[in-house]
Amino acid sequence: MAVDSEGRRFWRSLEEYLATPEFQEMLHREFHEQASEWTNPVTRRRFLTLMGASLALMGLNGCSTQPAPREKIMPYVRQPEEIVPGKKLYFATAMPLGGVVTGVLVESHEGRPTKIEGNPLHPASPPGLQHDAEVGSSDSFMQASILGLYDPDRSQGVTYRGQPRAWNEMLSALRGALDKLKNQGGEGLYFLTETVSSPTLAAQLKELLGEDLFPKAKWVQYEPANRSNVLEGAKLAFGDYVNTYYDFTKADVVLSLDADFLMAGPGTLRYTRDFSSRRRVRTRRAGDDNPPVNEIQMNRLYAVECGMSNTGGVADHRLALRPTQIEMFALALAAELEVPTNTRDAEAELPEEARRWLKPLAKDLTEHAEKSLILAGDHHPPSLHALVHALNHKLKNAGQTVKYTSPIEAKPVDHGQQISELVKDMAERRVKLLVVLGGNPVYTAPVDLHFAEQLRKVPLRVHLGLYQDETAALCDWHVPAAHYLESWSDGRAYDGTASIIQPLIAPLYSGRTVHELLAAFTESPERSGLEIVKEHWREWWKQQKRSGSFEEFWRQSLQEGLVAGTAFENRNLTPKADWAERVAKAEPAQNATKGMEIIFHPDPTLFDGRFANNGWLQELPKPVTKITWDNAAIVSPNTAKKLGIAYADNIRDASGRPGSSGGEHGEAIVDVIELTYRGRSIKAPIWIQPGHAEDAVTVHLGHGRSRGGQVAGGVGFNAYFLRTNAYPWFDQGAEARRVPGETHVLACTQMHHNMEERAPIRSSSLAHFRDHPYFADELTAGEAEKPEVLAQIPGPQPRGRAEAKLEEERKKDPDKNRLIPLTLYKDADKEFEEATKQLGEPGKKPSKGYQWAMAIDLTTCTGCSACVVACQSENNIPIVGKEEVTRGREMHWLRIDRYYGGEPFDPNQVSAHFQPVPCMHCEKAPCELVCPVGATVHSHDGLNDMIYNRCVGTRYCSNNCPYKVRRFNFLQFADFATSSLKLMNNPQVTVRSRGVMEKCTYCVQRIRAADIEAEREGRRIEDRHLMTACQAVCPAGAIIFGDLNNKESVVYQWKEEPTNYALLAGLNTMPRTTYLAALRNPNPELTSPQRKQGE
Amino acid sequence: MPQIFHRSFNTISKVTIFGAVFIVAGLCWFAAIFYRSSYVTESHLAFVQPVPFSHAHHVGQLGIDCRYCHTSVETSSFAGIPPTKTCMNCHQQIWTGSSMLEPVRESYRTGASIPWERVHNLPGFVYFDHSIHVAKGVGCASCHGRIDEMPLTYQENTLLMEWCLECHRNPENHLRPRSEIFNMSWRAENQMSLGQQLLQEYKVRTPHELTSCSTCHR
Repeated sequence: MAVDSEGRRFWRSLEEYLATPEFQEMLHREFHEQASEWTNPVTRRRFLTLMGASLALMGLNGCSTQPAPREKIMPYVRQPEEIVPGKKLYFATAMPLGGVVTGVLVESHEGRPTKIEGNPLHPASPPGLQHDAEVGSSDSFMQASILGLYDPDRSQGVTYRGQPRAWNEMLSALRGALDKLKNQGGEGLYFLTETVSSPTLAAQLKELLGEDLFPKAKWVQYEPANRSNVLEGAKLAFGDYVNTYYDFTKADVVLSLDADFLMAGPGTLRYTRDFSSRRRVRTRRAGDDNPPVNEIQMNRLYAVECGMSNTGGVADHRLALRPTQIEMFALALAAELEVPTNTRDAEAELPEEARRWLKPLAKDLTEHAEKSLILAGDHHPPSLHALVHALNHKLKNAGQTVKYTSPIEAKPVDHGQQISELVKDMAERRVKLLVVLGGNPVYTAPVDLHFAEQLRKVPLRVHLGLYQDETAALCDWHVPAAHYLESWSDGRAYDGTASIIQPLIAPLYSGRTVHELLAAFTESPERSGLEIVKEHWREWWKQQKRSGSFEEFWRQSLQEGLVAGTAFENRNLTPKADWAERVAKAEPAQNATKGMEIIFHPDPTLFDGRFANNGWLQELPKPVTKITWDNAAIVSPNTAKKLGIAYADNIRDASGRPGSSGGEHGEAIVDVIELTYRGRSIKAPIWIQPGHAEDAVTVHLGHGRSRGGQVAGGVGFNAYFLRTNAYPWFDQGAEARRVPGETHVLACTQMHHNMEERAPIRSSSLAHFRDHPYFADELTAGEAEKPEVLAQIPGPQPRGRAEAKLEEERKKDPDKNRLIPLTLYKDADKEFEEATKQLGEPGKKPSKGYQWAMAIDLTTCTGCSACVVACQSENNIPIVGKEEVTRGREMHWLRIDRYYGGEPFDPNQVSAHFQPVPCMHCEKAPCELVCPVGATVHSHDGLNDMIYNRCVGTRYCSNNCPYKVRRFNFLQFADFATSSLKLMNNPQVTVRSRGVMEKCTYCVQRIRAADIEAEREGRRIEDRHLMTACQAVCPAGAIIFGDLNNKESVVYQWKEEPTNYALLAGLNTMPRTTYLAALRNPNPELTSPQRKQGE
Repeated sequence: MPQIFHRSFNTISKVTIFGAVFIVAGLCWFAAIFYRSSYVTESHLAFVQPVPFSHAHHVGQLGIDCRYCHTSVETSSFAGIPPTKTCMNCHQQIWTGSSMLEPVRESYRTGASIPWERVHNLPGFVYFDHSIHVAKGVGCASCHGRIDEMPLTYQENTLLMEWCLECHRNPENHLRPRSEIFNMSWRAENQMSLGQQLLQEYKVRTPHELTSCSTCHR
């Protein structure tokens, strides 16, 4: 088992840690046990029918003489000027999520959007690494939103109580109701929206609620994953609603109090980019400014959190506390930093490990005053947020690393209060007409409000939504909403920057935008979205008194994807003198009941449930647990034990033997527990999560949809069923009980594609790295072969790994002059020479052309999984469904292996390392040698090509791949039937059929396109002209791709780093993809006692 | 006991055994011929088009440049089929009453595309790019033949992979100066020496590079 410089072991699951026999067996298989089994029941009669038919048709099979079916060409009648058939275009727009927008660039092929990228000009989606990159970073939600657009389950027309109706019928019905309401000033008219940052929508609502129209109408906001606590906290501290954002480029020391800022929330891409820019360790190279190895600096992240998050996983120090303890911890830290609070002796309530943290942490923070940063999770109570503001003020971080602006929400409100008031009004029958503008409150509203029940008391209910969902079912009128890629709208980013959302395509299913529906309430009901949005900005532009014409301003704003100069000004704020007293008043009495703590979290891939029908996100393994197509009650190993669920007992394989979890087939058969909280109980499969705080259980929202669509149906349990309005995020008093004899199958990929104990992940502390820069050179090959193997890894030799050192090792090599070469494979150079000789150009080295390679920085990778979805979108990769995932048949070309480090039974000792694994494009690729039909061969520029039309599906190649990166179409996974999904495919990539092997191509379609363009223009491809899909999205800038023949390329420079290592280099496959070993920067004063013993 | 087989069966069996070799060879030969025949490859077949458009008339007689209609041939993978508007540029003025052109006028009126039959039809797993071929000195006529002499457009070559590779392996046999790309009747005086010279001048890649699978398949 691999260990890092601190002596910590790396492991992927508890079985691996404990080395169970089942785990050992599983390691030695190519695919999982069931992967090649045909398990669908086939009767004898059916079998004979099929066999008879196939025999009879066998001869006919050869008759498809014409390789391509006949096609028609349908040219434009009047070709738009900017469209060149065969060339893609990019349009800037913005994606709203939770009321906050992020800039996107959408790739469009002849009017059909196919791929989402970040907008490099937009502050919320900056390029991860290179400033001059043509596209910015993005997250998995943005990537997957393209599938949301083409989702065939989207609602396709206006309905009245389930019956199709015309838009005009809805308008006249609405008119009738409004005429009655108008006389009473609109009393009884309620609009329910999600968080609104759209200036146009806010203005429309303001107009509607104005004196002329419906002054007594009400506008209610409710968002299940709202950020009310953040705003309320700011109000406590500053007396006013304030938006807070952070500048991680200036932060040397970061303390995250349960804030998963690297994974979710407004500005997460910017934060990840900035945070990573301070962790990218680059040593000195001739002519650059990088420091020498012994002076390298990194920022330092302390994470205090309950569940294991991506942020906590990659933190330098991690402390597992229950949410209620986290506030205590912050109070104790405040005492240490001499910030007056009105709570005494918070320290006494903390566990020992937390107390041990206080002094070194306070010291580190104080020493880095103005350059430190404390942030708290959105779900923590306002009091903690207020305290964090005070701490940041004390540390003089305000204005430096912490920025304050006016709130980005059009009307900041307490969402919990708003929804309960609405329900109260509904119960008292004061609501005459309820208009639900987006959102799905029947599913997401706090359970104790009985929203659905009270909703029935409203005489007329109108719903605007993307799906015929739970809320649509209970509303009279349902209007299909336009997807954001079909809409004219606008919104604000985390720093207030406004973007105009422009449509990429006319609504596929006659959807309407919220602006168009609201226009129906005014005197001009047929105004288009464009008119409304444009009119709003025309008014704004007039007020701004800017120079130039409005059309010019409008076009520029659309082209850039943002309205220049709309970021809010920073405000210089200090906490009000009496903030601590007000905290005491505002703090609700803590629920005194004991028991476990229950934590409600938006799902890492489905968010609040709105992405539940998105197959890409359902099948995307959750970044930490690696569970797909499900949610689970997540507890720590010790807590599980307390519940009578020991891991070895809990987890059985298919035959019922105790054994592996998520192991064997990715089929984890786990126990079911009954969670009881405030008189309600649900059954949930249990998942044992190393690093989770003790005596707490985390459940993810967004699953268990009853009317979510074909994909969402029957997946997971609905955690909203336990979520109350008083404690929407966490609370004490939950009880868990194992349901004897009941089990649940989870599809978990954590043990898929295992590479045995060959030290796939390498990590070190910064201090150790300074002394041992070549720590990652360790090999699992024989010592004697080491120099030769290392020298064969493509690319430059790591700088400074002195040739002398190699020579020295060569001397130690007893059989240096061996007669038999290191491998049985032919020497690549000789082979090339022979090949070119046959072609009449002997010995022409490929040095003039391009030699593609990739490097992945494990220090900055946060495991956010955006690259996995980006790859899926770019390369037309199908989804396979839960059952197929349990057989190990998922098709992701790029997987992210998550390794835990440390001891699983001490939650404070567990860290996580994330390792994206694409195809290595080995120069001596084992897969190529065994293919009987030459369907996988090498290209001139070093790619391991996969030729689908040659593949006959022997699967020898994947059997011989030590990295397990090849994927086989066991069934017809690609959807050739659904017409809307055909529109989504990337036209530059073949859609694969059943029986074909596939794998990462380094986005060969992008390489060839860039190559052709460069050749036409007579130049070379530079880094900025070509990015793979995974590289382009990465906000951490952890993936670099480029030409090894260009010494100026970033990939060449990365490969010169001392930490550069090749995965399984000992096999001498000469992989083109290499990794930069993970570096962490622990505080020497806080290195844990246990770990010291381990050294 | 009488003989079961007549004496003549000796000859028949000898011929059969000896002939089997020829029969198998003959079948292989037939398969190879059949595979390359225009029945399979659809070369030299003119399709019934909505409008019997004649390249011979427009290119050969009127001398309209290829790029007037196929506008993106130098910049995009797809050479481009002209929008109805391009036809109407001229046919608003001439042949305005021709019944042959009614589909064009109808398309212009209604906004519906003219449904042309695709003549050059590559399988879905092949990614051909016009722009790079044009940039590297491959003339239109090299692949499409004498379009200027075709009353109805047909496919001149087989479009089989062996046909593509023939040029990717020996590009010098088919290169021409960039100035002559759109010249239908151009012929080199000495293709061998010119080809070698253009190979250098246009930095055409080596056969090793041009025959990588992912050059065309992905």
